[in-house]
Amino acid sequence: MCSTTANASPSWGGSVYFAPMLAYIIRRLLYAVPILLGVNLITFVLFFVVNSPDDMARMQLGIKRVTPEAIQKWKAERGYDQPLIWNATAAGSAGMAHLTETVFFNKSMRMFAGDFGRADDGRDIASEIKHRAGPSLAIAVPTFILGLGVAIAFALLLVFFRATRADFFGVVLCVAMMSVSGLFYIIGGQWLVAKVWHWVPISGYATGFTAAKFLVLPVFIGVIAGLGASARWYRTIFLEEITRDYVRTARAKGASEAAVLFRHVLRNAMIPILTGVVAVIPTLFMGSLLTESFFGIPGLGSYTIEAINAQDFAVVRAMVFIGSVLYILGLLATDISYTLADPRVSLK
Amino acid sequence: MMSLPFQVVVLWSDALFFGLVTAVVMLGMWARRQAPLRHSWARVASDKVAMVSATVLAAFLFVGVLDSLHYRARLDAAPGQAVAQKINYAVEVNSLLDVLLAPLRLHPEKTYSAPLATHLFSKEPLPGSIERGFPRLTWGGAHLGYALEHRTIDIVQRSALGAAGGLLLWLGLMSVMRLRFKRQGQAIESAQKPGAGEATMSQGGRAINALLAVADGDAARKSSRRVASHATLLTLLVLFLIMGVTMALGSGYHVLGTDKVGQDVLYLSLKSIRTGLLIGTLTTLVMLPVAVLLGILAGYLGGWVDDVIQYAYTTLNSIPGVLLIAAAVLMMQVVIDTHPDWFVTSAERADARLLALCLILGMTSWTGLARLLRGETLKLRELEFVQAARAFGVSHFAIMQRHILPNLMHIVLIALVMDFSGLVLAEAVLSYVGVGVDPATISFGTMINAARMELARDPMVWWSLAAAFTFMFILVLAANLLTDAVRDAFDPRTAA
Repeated sequence: MCSTTANASPSWGGSVYFAPMLAYIIRRLLYAVPILLGVNLITFVLFFVVNSPDDMARMQLGIKRVTPEAIQKWKAERGYDQPLIWNATAAGSAGMAHLTETVFFNKSMRMFAGDFGRADDGRDIASEIKHRAGPSLAIAVPTFILGLGVAIAFALLLVFFRATRADFFGVVLCVAMMSVSGLFYIIGGQWLVAKVWHWVPISGYATGFTAAKFLVLPVFIGVIAGLGASARWYRTIFLEEITRDYVRTARAKGASEAAVLFRHVLRNAMIPILTGVVAVIPTLFMGSLLTESFFGIPGLGSYTIEAINAQDFAVVRAMVFIGSVLYILGLLATDISYTLADPRVSLK
Repeated sequence: MMSLPFQVVVLWSDALFFGLVTAVVMLGMWARRQAPLRHSWARVASDKVAMVSATVLAAFLFVGVLDSLHYRARLDAAPGQAVAQKINYAVEVNSLLDVLLAPLRLHPEKTYSAPLATHLFSKEPLPGSIERGFPRLTWGGAHLGYALEHRTIDIVQRSALGAAGGLLLWLGLMSVMRLRFKRQGQAIESAQKPGAGEATMSQGGRAINALLAVADGDAARKSSRRVASHATLLTLLVLFLIMGVTMALGSGYHVLGTDKVGQDVLYLSLKSIRTGLLIGTLTTLVMLPVAVLLGILAGYLGGWVDDVIQYAYTTLNSIPGVLLIAAAVLMMQVVIDTHPDWFVTSAERADARLLALCLILGMTSWTGLARLLRGETLKLRELEFVQAARAFGVSHFAIMQRHILPNLMHIVLIALVMDFSGLVLAEAVLSYVGVGVDPATISFGTMINAARMELARDPMVWWSLAAAFTFMFILVLAANLLTDAVRDAFDPRTAA
């Protein structure tokens, strides 16, 4: 679609490139609606059909205080006292009330409008998410960027020494690093850096620039924990690229090995690498469950863990919804980045 | 009335686990008859690293199988009763591994004790004295009596004895294998003409060669590749030595110390193996049929079927994995809690939760494989042999079964072995988050979770975490290394 229009009307300049892209983005965003509906349906089935609200009330209240009145009160407080998906007794005018005065509409469909309701402790989930996105990003973004850089550098180093003993041991090191549990990196890192060496505080968080001392260790651990898998993956991408004809041409011209790697291989290999990682970028908002809970960082990841441990279903539902939205945005960003990186790919 | 002194208990997970092992064995026998598969496996078998990993994995599998043979002991009749009219069985479900490790299981200490220690780790009021000190362990080093200065000598003696035992066992196994496969060995020998003048190692090596050669049929003989049997034998030797030393020391000490409630850490680590293996294998058992069926259907039929299946996996994929699992596990927990009458023993309840976890992990992880298979089927569908089959009027089902599926098997195999290590690691994380296995189930995750604050203690307690992480690391590393070899051998792009 993109390429044909561009050929048909060359005089339109930049907008020919932009208009089909916009149409494509809009269409893709519309595709997202049924997917999000499906996500809501799945969470709805999980949370309300597999277990009725009565079951949840019974579990939350505990065995001792279960009386029919207590269950009714619990349900009414949280708005679970309506019918699940079809309200036959609704007094609405045009039949829509049959659908709107239900648990499904009030708890699941309202999330499309950014209304996530209240957590069990009475706080508004949407504002809580706004507050907690900052600390999450403060960890996730540096980890992501540094992790990408370090992994690419390490992979390039391995490729430079390819088919030697150094390469072999480097790959073995990567596999060994992949085989270590993520929990080990966190627990071991905290112990070594914070407890034995006393370089940084073990956990905690502060606002402003003082936050840096709390961020150094989690970011460092995050980079190390992801290094093995990504460096090995980038290495295979580089090795695939290095057998191409243009690399042979560059060598034939007399370019040095370093020049071949940096000027030719790296640039071309960045296309699959970047398009591969673009999908991850939106989900950085979600934060990291483990890192945040171990380091006591008040981000979205620790929010999710707390909600899971407290069995706060409203928060879990909201996080599922946000996660899905971000995932779909990631897919869209991937497709767009393909067209930007490689002119042969057209959006259809 | 005569009856067994125990009642065999087959938990659901045991049945599925053994079913899976049988299925793998049968698949292996089928693969023996397929020339290309035989060739690929011979390639794996010639890789030293792969054979070491496979041997280590086999040892883990052996522990897992021992731990999957469950029974309930018969309770002795009460003294007043003449003859028990009704035979009662203990509520506790034990496995064969529990019997073998009975010395470890039945001798708990009061609380923490360091590896090979003779005293508790924390000071407590000593009996018959007002002072506080480190009390003696009730079992660890109890045989020393008051001659504590002999502890080092005792440990060295026991280690040496154990190592000697392990060595003897290994030599015994080798000579049995040598006798058993002497004839095949000679046949191979004449075909392969190995270098002369090698010691026992080589003879044992030949025995393994013969064993594998029989399994591989002609492939090992015809291809110039030799099975990396020395690597296997050396690994076996190391495993036997470790086993011997551990057993010798374990009869008098807590080799890896005890945890907060005084349980032996070595026992916990060995019990965790079964949980890890089950999660790594049963999940793929759940996932496999769904992924293969939907992937092939979507790729082959196209049209609205493709649309529906793609919609299904995009939707499932878009939910963050941990959250979907957490949500499903929380819900399952409510179901289990509200129906306590479904389960006779607590072991059955823990087992149900383990299976449900596998089911949930399977239902959330089939999407990746299905997408891969769909893409590959799209390519295969346009190839000449499929087109020809269609022109001959072969039914869609037959084409999918006969022409598409066999050509996807390498992807399925690679995906299976790749998923295993990821799942073992995921179990630890999920148990930490609180949505993993039942807290009563011994697993690496529950061990780590229980020990998470121990490094912060002063002086710190490191052995629980170290044991859990080391066992998990070895298991996952072996799986990862084997995966690499399998992928190299089966991936058409890298297979020579």
